[in-house]
Amino acid sequence: MSVAISFNNIVKKYGEATVIPELSLTIKEGEFFTLLGPSGCGKTTLLRMIAGFNSIEGGEMTFNGRAMNQVAPGKRNIGMVFQSYAIFPHLNVSENIAFGLQTRKLVKQEIAKQVDEILKVVQIEQYRDRMPKNLSGGQQQRVALARAIVIKPDVLLMDEPLSNLDAQLRVDMRNAIKQIQREVGITTVYVTHDQEEAMAVSDRIAVMKGGVIQHVGTPREIYQRPANLFVATFVGRTNIIEAVIARNERGEASVVIGDSYQESIPSLNRIQEAIGAVKLSVRPEEFVLSPDQTGLKGTVVNSMFLGLNTHLTVKLSHGQEVEVITQSELDDVIETGERIYLKILAEKINVFDASGNRNFTGGTG
Amino acid sequence: MMNARMKRFDIWSMITAAIFVGYIVFLALPLFMLLIKSFFDGTTGEFSLAYFTKFFSKAYYMNAVWNSIKVTVSVTILAIVVAGPLAYVMSTIKIKGSTTIRILILISSMSAPFIGAYAWILLLGRSGIITKFLSQVFGIEMPDIYGFSGILLVLTLQLSPLIFMYVSGALKNVDHSLLEAAESMNVTGLRKMWKVLVPLITPTLLAGGLLVFMRAFADFGTPMLIGEGYRTVPVLIFNEFISEVGGDDGFAAAISVIVVLFATTVFLLQKYVANRKSYSMSALNPIEPKKIKGVANIAAHVYVYLFTIVAMMPQVYVAYTSFQKTSGKIFVPGYSLDSYRAAFSKVGDSILNTFLLASITIVIITLSASLIAYVTVKRKGAVANVLDTFTMLPYIVPGSILGIALLVTFNKQPLMLSGTAAILIAAFVIRRLPYTIRSSAAVLHQVSDSIEEAAISLGSSPMRTFFKVTMPMMISGVIAGAIISWISVITELSTSIILYTGSTRTMTVAVYTEVVRGNYGVAAALSTLLTVATVLSLLLFFKLTGKKEVSM
Repeated sequence: MSVAISFNNIVKKYGEATVIPELSLTIKEGEFFTLLGPSGCGKTTLLRMIAGFNSIEGGEMTFNGRAMNQVAPGKRNIGMVFQSYAIFPHLNVSENIAFGLQTRKLVKQEIAKQVDEILKVVQIEQYRDRMPKNLSGGQQQRVALARAIVIKPDVLLMDEPLSNLDAQLRVDMRNAIKQIQREVGITTVYVTHDQEEAMAVSDRIAVMKGGVIQHVGTPREIYQRPANLFVATFVGRTNIIEAVIARNERGEASVVIGDSYQESIPSLNRIQEAIGAVKLSVRPEEFVLSPDQTGLKGTVVNSMFLGLNTHLTVKLSHGQEVEVITQSELDDVIETGERIYLKILAEKINVFDASGNRNFTGGTG
Repeated sequence: MMNARMKRFDIWSMITAAIFVGYIVFLALPLFMLLIKSFFDGTTGEFSLAYFTKFFSKAYYMNAVWNSIKVTVSVTILAIVVAGPLAYVMSTIKIKGSTTIRILILISSMSAPFIGAYAWILLLGRSGIITKFLSQVFGIEMPDIYGFSGILLVLTLQLSPLIFMYVSGALKNVDHSLLEAAESMNVTGLRKMWKVLVPLITPTLLAGGLLVFMRAFADFGTPMLIGEGYRTVPVLIFNEFISEVGGDDGFAAAISVIVVLFATTVFLLQKYVANRKSYSMSALNPIEPKKIKGVANIAAHVYVYLFTIVAMMPQVYVAYTSFQKTSGKIFVPGYSLDSYRAAFSKVGDSILNTFLLASITIVIITLSASLIAYVTVKRKGAVANVLDTFTMLPYIVPGSILGIALLVTFNKQPLMLSGTAAILIAAFVIRRLPYTIRSSAAVLHQVSDSIEEAAISLGSSPMRTFFKVTMPMMISGVIAGAIISWISVITELSTSIILYTGSTRTMTVAVYTEVVRGNYGVAAALSTLLTVATVLSLLLFFKLTGKKEVSM
């Protein structure tokens, strides 16, 4: 049975230091939920509070409405996959997987049956009698996952499970994890600092910084309409450009960058209050090369051909360097040193107030 | 990160409390009693500083202190000077038979030092075989081996292997590329050693030096046998405590207190210096021994072989004499097993005692060391820190002093233990626990906390987790440590000589008394049996751990 997890004004302290101040969050039943943030943001702390390895100094945490603050870790019916996998090195694959079932006082045949089933789900049947030291990283990962889900937990917790794998395997494993999660349908809380991984696997993501949740939303919402400047810069790459908002006589808003380039932003029209200086978040793919000699003037200081795309570093006339991604063209190669003009895709970019805390272009912030 | 579990009162809190009580009763309380005894007059029971005044005002006692310091400092320096280069040579130059040599050096360090003392008397003493040979054939008179020089010889040979093992271990962690980096900056030869290698192994030298210092300082058997009137502090304590005429518990206690304070100071000083100079190193490309040619190669081989031969000589010679025919107390030409027959019939009980006591000790050590290692490594906190300090104390408190402390504490009801096997076992356990704790803890440090968390989150109880998950993972460290503890129990003298009675006499005590009586044949047979037991235990250690070294 899967559960919904709810935090009501949760507080975590280490001695006098408050690591998480009054955090509230609801994770829906059956959801693949990711805690994303830089190291030290409190994501692992929060995960370990769900597991019961960290105490809770204030507020309440519930599973389906039942308070869990004081329940011992072993009694929470949680499956956990650790960053180091934490596979028992002295037990073979099936013994590792059976470990949790044995504490549940099942008869031998039943344990064997369930181990068999889960081995099939994670596709490591052929390694059932191997010792962990004879398994590759990816195989160990699957054992850890199998051991965590075979006990039919209410919640599956995963603490940076892919960080020890090499790049290609990481992509394969995250697909496998996503697929297995969908198959068994357990509420899953996943911790990572890798934003691409988070977007690939999650139904919803909470971006954290300094113990505070910055933004909760679907991967699409977080990438396209980040709640604040931190989220915009942490998830995906972006250029932050200073600009000013101007309105014409009809009240239509546009951004003015430098003194030569102006682009109207229809989504700002609904905002009544006066806006002055702003910060734009323009992702590299939200620049387009201007066909005529209008827009932002700049010089290409580096051009990197990466196959599908060409990455440009462009020095704008007022001195700032921006990253630009263009589709690679067959003939029209942009060379280093070339002078170009850039325009921004007005409907895609995000406009933040000068402090970076508010997104005028939408989003939940 | 374990706050949540620390707060809950569980089975581990009870185990910690039990271990704590054990240390309080068998270590803290006895040392406290010793302190009390030293400050109160033995006959009137009044507070008095008389013992301390007596100690510091008489040249007789200050002389012993001076002797002890002379011996200890000289042995420590000499051991570093001899064994440091030895370790360097063995680590950088290919020596033929180096594996065997390492094992032999290890074995030589594992025997009881006083056996070395008595063997050197047989070799270099007044009627020693080498002395006689040299004077009869070449007319050379050997310098006197009794007194300071003899103690120096025996203890240096006995304790150099510790430095050798420490430095070898440290050199293994020095990355070869560090030396190559130095060379690339044109720092070569001796300058390279002095500028790069010596600073890197300094913390290790200090740690090894401390161990040598403490052992040399506490050693009782060697000055007793070969010192011939050259009194050191342990001898003084023993005489004051044991001697039939004029033995004085209170005064022995006072000297003990001074010794413990002195040892503590040295210990803290070493820790302070070592902490400021420690580096964490792990070598991707360890230094490999290289084949060299010419004079240097010959010199290296001569140095290594010579040290090994001299270090092994006592044990080999003792073993040889154990097969010699005896007539009464003297060796006569021809070979026989008489000494062994005599050993079994005269002091057979001591053999049985040794192995029985050591077996019980090891069972207790194995269980408590694994629990203590677990508590101190995995359940950090104020209590665990105090426990950690307790486990270090036996490094500072010499064996004879612990023996005396236990005796003065447990000599009356309700804790009447003196004269029983229990008091010996308690002393052995307290003294030899650290080896097993350290090797168990070393393994536990490698085990990530998440392994246990995995078991707990899967619903496993604390005890099931410990025995099913943690214990199997640390068992290699526990066994390795237990074997070293075992060897040190069967070869230890300084505590048992204080605590034994007729029915609890151990082999080392028997060897000592037989040597004192001049029954060299029986002593040799017993010593050889001890050596065989030690070597067999070491072989078992090598087999189980797959290692060819021991961490002390």
